[in-house]
Amino acid sequence: MRFEDEPVPGYPLPILPGHTSPGRLERVLRAGAFAVTTELAPPDSADPQEVYARARVFDGYADAINATDGSGANCHMSSVAVCALLTRVGYAPVMQISCRDKNRIAIQGDILGGAAMGVCNMLCLTGDGVQAGDHPQAKPVFDLDCVSLLGIARTLRDEHRFQSGRKVSYAPRVFLGAAANPSALPHEWRARRLAKKVEAGAQFVQTQYCYDLPLLRAYMREVEDLGLLGKVFILAGVGPLRSAKTADWMRKNVPGMHVPDSLIERLAGAKDQAREGREICVELIQAIREIRGISGVHVMAYRQEESVAEIIDRSGVLAGRVPWYPGRDARAAESNDAQPQDRTIT
Amino acid sequence: MYSVRQWSVRHARGLNAFYRSFERMLVRLHRLFEAIGYERLEKPVAFVERGVKGLLFDCQMCGQCALSSTGMSCPMNCPKTLRNGPCGGVRANGHCEVKPEMKCVWVEAYRGSGRIDGGIEAMAEVQFAVDQRLKGRSSWLRVVREKTGATGTAVPGGKA
Repeated sequence: MRFEDEPVPGYPLPILPGHTSPGRLERVLRAGAFAVTTELAPPDSADPQEVYARARVFDGYADAINATDGSGANCHMSSVAVCALLTRVGYAPVMQISCRDKNRIAIQGDILGGAAMGVCNMLCLTGDGVQAGDHPQAKPVFDLDCVSLLGIARTLRDEHRFQSGRKVSYAPRVFLGAAANPSALPHEWRARRLAKKVEAGAQFVQTQYCYDLPLLRAYMREVEDLGLLGKVFILAGVGPLRSAKTADWMRKNVPGMHVPDSLIERLAGAKDQAREGREICVELIQAIREIRGISGVHVMAYRQEESVAEIIDRSGVLAGRVPWYPGRDARAAESNDAQPQDRTIT
Repeated sequence: MYSVRQWSVRHARGLNAFYRSFERMLVRLHRLFEAIGYERLEKPVAFVERGVKGLLFDCQMCGQCALSSTGMSCPMNCPKTLRNGPCGGVRANGHCEVKPEMKCVWVEAYRGSGRIDGGIEAMAEVQFAVDQRLKGRSSWLRVVREKTGATGTAVPGGKA
């Protein structure tokens, strides 16, 4: 998708009527395209080149890149900084904000700071407990929860004021997101929980891994019954499982992760398990695309980031569309009619 | 105590009904409270409240009680102090991600809410972030002050 008003990389797009952000992700979703987002694991390093190297593997396959915020309660480069580096060269990051490590004073400062650095998408999360990470001795903050964080972010954007009521002179123009987990208990409550997030300000959600399609379909039916379709863009979480052993370990140790036995058996029976894991992921994406109300996929391929391009390519969900990346348009102009036949830039 | 806390969720309907009439009685005592002075009452009432609710709910005295919309399962016992429902980390057996030996406070809340008329709807209402200044203060007195439009504020030195 090439926007006519494409700016110089690093500068914002104009905000279209009915949009709240000058970002690519909101544009792609509101244009009705099936969106692809993915996740960048911030490095344990102060070298910006490591961030760029990690982003480059998604070039041409992702509409937005999530920068995790101390994911799994482990220490890494901050999401604000990763996002600031990414926006410098024009990428569309999704800045994850976790309530675990900062109180409302710090978080509101980050929302303003992130927006000032060109971040257009912010994902409001509660965050994993500190016991899960490498600093279990740290103080868990949780001054806010994700729903109150959404409310505070929306107040900043729409009413131009902090929670305290004090005015800000230029509001953050952001597209607000949240997480959801259709697989976690209590299943009957999960769609209502999403309704709460939408009411508080969520415009898009990225879900936890969805390996159980019947569960996801049931969830989506409830989401529809609650009248949420059209009010929120839902991106289903997917990712390749490396092996039956890792899948089993993950479902036992990663909070809220559910992998059906049938998938584990299928992986265990395969000759090349990693390849089978990617195959399963491709099939899941194709099945998810057919579910009513789902607007895209969020591919989480921790330590298998290089497989995202292949998975998305094989799934065919981009339908020939090439998401923007630094240098895309220059390359297209250079080769003019030498564009690849199957992937046109439109 | 954990077992008493679970008992309270099982008896959410009765406890909620009891609290409703208790609250009406407190509201009727407003003039008396005002005559004595709300600030003077704060410490002794908070002491009693801590004892009663501590026993029944493992109350953490956040000062802005939400038990009626959480099926009598105190959300401040959630290690993440979530006020708006369960996080995505609930284990397959319904237990807490952070404290595996404890049932998820919100799975319990959902169960308790189902026992209260309109409980599920109450649980669906968005709760705002906790005002940390109210910690340790009486939620009962705050409710009476709010319902009667009493002068002064429940927040020490606060504007809210």
